[in-house]
Amino acid sequence: MTIGLTHYLTVAAILFTIGVFGIFVNRKNVIVILMSVELILLAVNINLVAFSVFLHDVTGQIYALFVLTVAAAEAAVGLAILVTFFRNRGDIAVDDASVMRG
Amino acid sequence: MVLQAITFYLLAATTLVAGLAVITARNPVHSVLFLITAFFSAAGLFVLLGAEFLAMILVVVYVGAVAVLFLFVVMMLDVDFAALRQGFARYLPIGALVAGVLIVEMISVAATIARRGAASASTGPQVQPAGVTNAGAIGAVLYTDYIYYFQAAGLVLLVAMIGAIVLTLKHRVGIKRQDIAAQVARTPAAGLRLVSIKPGEGTET
Repeated sequence: MTIGLTHYLTVAAILFTIGVFGIFVNRKNVIVILMSVELILLAVNINLVAFSVFLHDVTGQIYALFVLTVAAAEAAVGLAILVTFFRNRGDIAVDDASVMRG
Repeated sequence: MVLQAITFYLLAATTLVAGLAVITARNPVHSVLFLITAFFSAAGLFVLLGAEFLAMILVVVYVGAVAVLFLFVVMMLDVDFAALRQGFARYLPIGALVAGVLIVEMISVAATIARRGAASASTGPQVQPAGVTNAGAIGAVLYTDYIYYFQAAGLVLLVAMIGAIVLTLKHRVGIKRQDIAAQVARTPAAGLRLVSIKPGEGTET
């Protein structure tokens, strides 16, 4: 049996769903939410690379490279915000983060 | 071909099981370790596809930088993670419902697009011609057609770095620091004092 594009797309779809599900069930824990976002971006990257290879066009891999860059920047800034939030409040429960509500 | 299929299913299963463990693990440190596993096996999938350069970048950037950053923050913050798991069971049904709908939709779209969409005419995975590596093929396009996007990506990383530094930098008060301006502005007149000491007495200061 040969592994085709559908197989890779299915893996990426399941991984994306796991990421979305993780955001749903871990609504308080912002660290796990950030990790879920990383999983979602990984699923997107698998999709891009699979299409790039099966369409014989290297542009998809370049796009995946840019997604990787933005994901790394997002993780760094997100964790910096988290550290600042923890310093100010002594906790990281995100559903308490409504002090700016009018 | 069979070996390729076995490798694919092994790597895919590892990725998905590790991904599921990331969101269900009780200890966030375990979550980070499972995230590393997921990224490693995804890198294996990339190698299987023939995208070796991206696979190595994935290992270097994610396992070497992002996962370590996560690990650092998880261990630095002294948080009661058991309290943060409240509501896990409460949001489980609705989350499972949304996930179920999403997965059915995405897999049906993926199956349709692979058979009848843009990739339907594909003759299988790309085989690099002899003498052209994957990294070479990426570089030939990245540094010519996409040079401005490449520079913009560098700018994004610079902004992220400055942003992270500005967010976490903390000026503590009551700490002695080197004041370079004061040191440079010092003159002999201000820094030197001549005292004549009488015999048998010390100086006041």
